[in-house]
This record gives sequence, C-alpha cells and structure tokens, in this order.
Amino acid sequence: MGIDIQEAMHTAGTIGPPGLSDGSRLYTQTHPRPERSETGAWIGIFAIVMSFAAFTSAMIVRQGATPDWVHFELPRLLYVNTLILLTSSLTLGLASKRLRSVAGFSATAPTEKAYSEGMIWLAITLGLGGFFVIGQILAWRVLAAQSFFLSTNPSSSFFYVFTAMHGAHLLGGIAGLAYMIRKLAKTNGTARTTGLPALSVYWHFMDGLWIYLLVLLMVRT
Amino acid sequence: MHDVSSQPVAHQHIAPTGFLRKYVFSLDHKVIGKQYYGLALVAVFVGMVLSWLLRLHLAYPNWHIPLLSKFSSTGAPGGVMTPEYYLSLLTMHGTLMVFFVLTNAPFAAFGNYFLPIQIGAEDMAFPRFNMMSFWTTFVAFLVMMASFFVADGPPISGWTAYAPLSAVGGDAGPGLALGQNLWAISIALFCVGSLLGALNFIATTLDLRTKGMSLARMPYSTWAWFVTSVIALLAFAVLLPACILLILDRVAGTSFFIPGGLILSDKLQPHSGGSPLLWQHLFWFFGHPEVYIAILPSIGIIATILPVFTRKPLLGPRALIGSMIAIGFLSYMVWGHHMFVSGMNPFSANIFSVPTLVITIPATVMTLLLTASIYGGKMRFDTPALFCLGFISVFISGGISGFYLAQPSLDTYLHATYFVVAHFHFVMAVASLFGVFAGTYFWFPKMFGRMMNETLGKLHFWLTFVGVYCVFMPMHYLGLVGNVRRYSAFVDDYLAPLIPVHKFITIAALLTGAAQLIFFWNLIWSRFRGPVASENPWEATSLEWSTTSPPPFDNFGGKHPVVNNGPNEYGIEGTNGSDYVMQTAAPRSA
Repeated sequence: MGIDIQEAMHTAGTIGPPGLSDGSRLYTQTHPRPERSETGAWIGIFAIVMSFAAFTSAMIVRQGATPDWVHFELPRLLYVNTLILLTSSLTLGLASKRLRSVAGFSATAPTEKAYSEGMIWLAITLGLGGFFVIGQILAWRVLAAQSFFLSTNPSSSFFYVFTAMHGAHLLGGIAGLAYMIRKLAKTNGTARTTGLPALSVYWHFMDGLWIYLLVLLMVRT
Repeated sequence: MHDVSSQPVAHQHIAPTGFLRKYVFSLDHKVIGKQYYGLALVAVFVGMVLSWLLRLHLAYPNWHIPLLSKFSSTGAPGGVMTPEYYLSLLTMHGTLMVFFVLTNAPFAAFGNYFLPIQIGAEDMAFPRFNMMSFWTTFVAFLVMMASFFVADGPPISGWTAYAPLSAVGGDAGPGLALGQNLWAISIALFCVGSLLGALNFIATTLDLRTKGMSLARMPYSTWAWFVTSVIALLAFAVLLPACILLILDRVAGTSFFIPGGLILSDKLQPHSGGSPLLWQHLFWFFGHPEVYIAILPSIGIIATILPVFTRKPLLGPRALIGSMIAIGFLSYMVWGHHMFVSGMNPFSANIFSVPTLVITIPATVMTLLLTASIYGGKMRFDTPALFCLGFISVFISGGISGFYLAQPSLDTYLHATYFVVAHFHFVMAVASLFGVFAGTYFWFPKMFGRMMNETLGKLHFWLTFVGVYCVFMPMHYLGLVGNVRRYSAFVDDYLAPLIPVHKFITIAALLTGAAQLIFFWNLIWSRFRGPVASENPWEATSLEWSTTSPPPFDNFGGKHPVVNNGPNEYGIEGTNGSDYVMQTAAPRSA
C-alpha cells in the first residue's frame, strides 16, 4: 500500500514522471509535464481575463451612464510600444525554442550553442519588456502634456487604469523573466523545471491582452 | 545530465527546523491551514462581541457601557453609542464575519489543511504562494482592525460599501475618510490573498492527485473546495477591480461611482457623472458568489462527515457534485436579486428573479440528498453528527425564506427589514458555521492528535442550536411586521411595541454567544488534555484517516497512497468485520 517516492524515482526513465512497477507513471509530485507552473499560469490568466472583463464592463456602463464622455486621440507612441511588445513575444519564442530541453520538453540537454543563444534571446525579451513599460510611461506623459490626467474625464480615467493595470501585470512577467534568467545562469542551463512554458504562456497572453486593450481604447476613447 | 534518478527529488519535503519557518512563515499547508483557522477564531470573537454590542443597543438604547466610551469617546460618549457609531460597528461586524470568518474558516482553513491530504499530495502546488496568501490576508485583517483606532472610527457604509456614500469621503459622515480608505485597502488585499489561494487550490486539485484518485473518487469536501476555488477565482477577480476604482474615486478625484451635483455637508462635491449603480453591480457580481464561497465548503464538509455517522453511503453522489457545479455556474447570474430596490430597471429585476428561483433547485437537491441519506442509517450521535443534522435544519430554515425574497414584488416590501437579516444569517452565516463546527469536532483529532471533549461538544451543540433559532426566528416576524434594519434604535416610533421581541433576541444572542465560550474552552482543553486520538477514530474512509494523527510533515511519511475505492464505501462488509472500506484498501471484488 503506497508508493515509495525514492524507489519510484530510481525506476524512472530519463525524463517524464517516475515509472511504477505496473508500467504506469506517477503523475503527482515530480513530473515535469504538464508542469504545474503552466497550470498555474493558465488559472492566473483565467482570473486576469475576469478582472479586465470587469473593468471593460465598468467602462461601458460608465460611458452609457452620463453624456460627459470626452473623446481624445491616443498617443502615437502606443503603436510603437505595441510593435515592441509583439517583437518581445517573438524573441521569447526564439528563446524557448532553443532552451526547450531546459523546460522539460525533451530528454536531451541543450547544446552549448543553443543554450547561449537562448540566453541572449531571453535577455533581449527582457529588454524589450522594459522598453515597453518605459514607452507606456512616456505615452502617459504625452497625454498629460495635453492636460488629460487621471481625473480629467472618465475616458482618460479608464485609459490610465487600463494601461496601468496591464503594465503592472507585465512587470510581474518581467520579474518572472529576470528570475528565470538568473536561475538558468546559476545552473548553466541544467535546471529541470524553470517555468519557461508557464512564462511563455503568460507573456504571450500579456501580448494578446494589450492588443485587446488597444483596440478597446481606440474604439472607446 | 537530465537523468532523473541522479537528481534530488524535485519536491522532496524536508521538515524545517527554525522557529520562523516552522510556525510563522511556514510553507506547510497544514500549518497555513491552522493559521487561517486561528485568524478566523480571532475575527469571529471580535465579530461576536460587536454583535453583542449592537444587540444590546437595539434592546436597551440608553444603557451605558463605560468601556465603550473609553474605546471611542466620540462614537460612544458616556458609553451610549451614537447612531453613526452603531453603523460603524455594523460595518465591521459584517465585514469581519463575511470575509475573515465565513470565507477563511470553511474554505481557506480546512481546505488548506485537508485538500492536499484528501487527494494524497505532499503539499499544495505552490507552497510559497500559499504562504503569501495567508500573510496577505493577515495584513488585510490588521488594516481592517486599524480602522477601529483611527480618528473617525470604522466607516458607516456597511459591509457592502454602497457608493456614493463609500466613495465621497469625510464630508458624508464618520469613518468615511480614513476609515473607508482602510476598508477598501484591506478588502483589496484580501482579494489578492484569496486569488492566490484559489489559484493554488485549483492547480493542486488538477495536478497533484495521487495514483487512483480520479475526480469521481475525490471526497465531497475536496469537490466543494475545488468548485469554491473556481468561484472565488472569478469573484475576487471582479471585487479587486471594483476596489481599485473605489480607491481612485476616493483619493484620485475620478468619478466612477459618484454622480454630479452631489452636495454633502453644504459642500458641492467635485465629481460628476458617475454611476452609483455600477458599484452595486460590480460588488454583487462578487457578492452573490461570495455567499456560495461561504456555504459550499460547509455543504461539502457535511456531505463528507454525515455518511461517517450514518454508516451508509450518501445518496446520489453524482447528483450532489453536479448540484455543486450547477450552483457555481448559476451563482454568477443572480447578483441582481440583491438590487431589487436599488433603482435598477424593474424589468431587470424580473429577469434576475428567474435564475434566482432556478438556483434553489440544485440547493434543494443537495438538501434532500443529505436528508434522505439519514434514512435507514445506523446513526451514531457524536458531536460532529449533531452539527451535521443541525446544519440541515438551519439550512432549510434559512433557505425557505429565500423563495419569498427571490420575487421582486415580495422583496420590495421585505428587503430593508429584519426578514432579510434572518434569511442570510440562517442560510449563510449559521449554516456555514455549523459546517465549521462539524469540521472542527470531526478533524480536530487529525489536526492535533487528541479527541475533543464529547460532553462539552454536545452541550455546545444544543445551546447553539436552540440559541440560533431563538435569535433568528423572531427576526422573520419582525421583518414581516415592517421592522426596518440598519436603524440603531426603535424607541420613539411605531416600532416601539416590538421592543420586547428585540429584548428577547438580545438575551438569546448573549446566551448563544456565551455558549461559544464552551467551544473555545473545549478547543484549548482538548489541545492539551484530550484523550490521544488513534489514526482513524471515526472509522472514516478518506485519505486523511490513513495517515497518523497528526500527519507527518510530508503527510504520508515518504509515500504516496494508492487509491482503489471511492470515498463512499460505508455500510458494506469490510475487512475484520468492519462496515467500511478505506480508499486505500485493496479494491473490492464485488
């Protein structure tokens, strides 16, 4: 009755969950896929979608409540920022393609070349993420220069709220990315579970969320 | 290089030795569960004392309570609370009870402790998140309690913080300056903690089930915590944005919830165009699911415990789980029934009335399944069993008034009266707490390795059971004759003839509250002096009973249990003449 974890670990193959005497695998504590951080990322996305749905419906209700909505032109800079963010998703894809084994996708370790290239792409992604956030802050300044502040009008209120909320969530992604780069560098790419798939899911979602928000803001403000 | 066997076990649990890691910033779900339980105990004590003060004031509005004037000289000059201070205390009673007791105790406390064990895992999926979720909730509690000690005291806007009262700031009344800020920040923090917790529960249930633990073999309590965490994930994800917008209205001068032309204390407010109804929509979109966050875990706990004491399987396990899921789904479609008298379009009220009546179906199915499961059982009347029966009783008593309130034409009359107070206290508060009591008497031996005192437990049950009926039954009557709620006293008006009823309720509330001291004492006494508990004192089937009491740090001593049976195998021929089969026992050859 019961599985000895140590024993199961020793009968395990090179990758995947530990094998059991009856040929099945122990899908519980130590399996690399589906990695639990990836499950967590998806659940988190679920909640974030709900939050932004709440903000969106608040915006629609507020706009319909009183005819005091002032339309304004979005700063052009936002489109540049959008390009930066889209590029960062691409570079993250390139990175994770090279670091796949690190993330537990395959049994082989990344070659020296793939590892160093992957790390470079990760660093570029991190940089682009940073640029995006800085770009968003600059866009705020452009708007502020036109005297559109947080409390000026509900339209500008929602603009600042949406961009700030998205930025805060992206900062979380940046922190995760930095943590992962550090962890990979420390272990020379041998860390078995780095949360790379989870981070990719989250990062790409932040991308998609921004596109949604941009379209929403274009239509509404 | 990636050979698993040459690597340390990724998730090997080594018990921490330092005091801080072991008892304070612990990553162990069992310690975190106990921390949540402790926090809920502190909160429920404060909430209970507040309800005593409120009740005393309602029945004896001129009674001097000298300590109260020491506590707040402006709120209760000379020991008699002002009407505003009554509302402040009412806000705090509701907030503490709903968030820090009814959400924390049945869901976060027991869920943390027992969900991983019941599915055969070593810990939660994300132990660090788990620790963060408790400490965020703890900070939220401190921030909330701080509002007692700021100049104006706690806000007067109620636990629902209706805008524009909650949004406009200090001009509108006591507690609406700093107190309301603290309230909003505390609730926002609470949301973050609950979101982290819910995420953890879901990931744990999905990813960490042991071999053989299919979804259908999960105990009902695990199912309930799982469904509840999905509800909580979506509900708190809406309350958090609502709180952020509220805070912005308060501190940044935006106008999300504050309409134009509002004059307060002779001052025109510098806001315009906001929608107070928007706050109510956002709040109740969270608020109604919150009701199920409070009650579903208790239903799950009761459904798990009841068969242990009837010694027969629960009827319709799939119908029960299906009803839980249906309730989770429907709970998002009924929020408007809290707003029948809010000024919302009456046509929407009719629309919201339909799903509100529909949601009574799964609730009724669950109640009938629990009740019918008793029939033909060989009932063992231990304290947890008594609280199970008590739960069914109060859940029905409170649920029936829901049928009336679901209809806008009746609710328009009853909404602002004590009828609603009676309804939600029975169906949500008392029912949920009975689940917590049942869970405590049932799981205490597992959590602390000692049995609780049965005599004190039974005394506690009967006093509480009779007590809550004495407190809340008369409130239905008060509501029907038109006794409005949220008033601090009824002395000089047409409600004066009802004062004797209020006095009766107050005395009953004081006695029922005092009876809880027996429970507190039983907890403390049994922790140190209770008889030592065996591994499975109740002869139950689920996984927590196949490990030691209390379980070792990694729950099963370096092993993962293998599950061969469902959780419902009672009243059958087991091994050695027993009448049940453990989930870990060899598969039944039937």
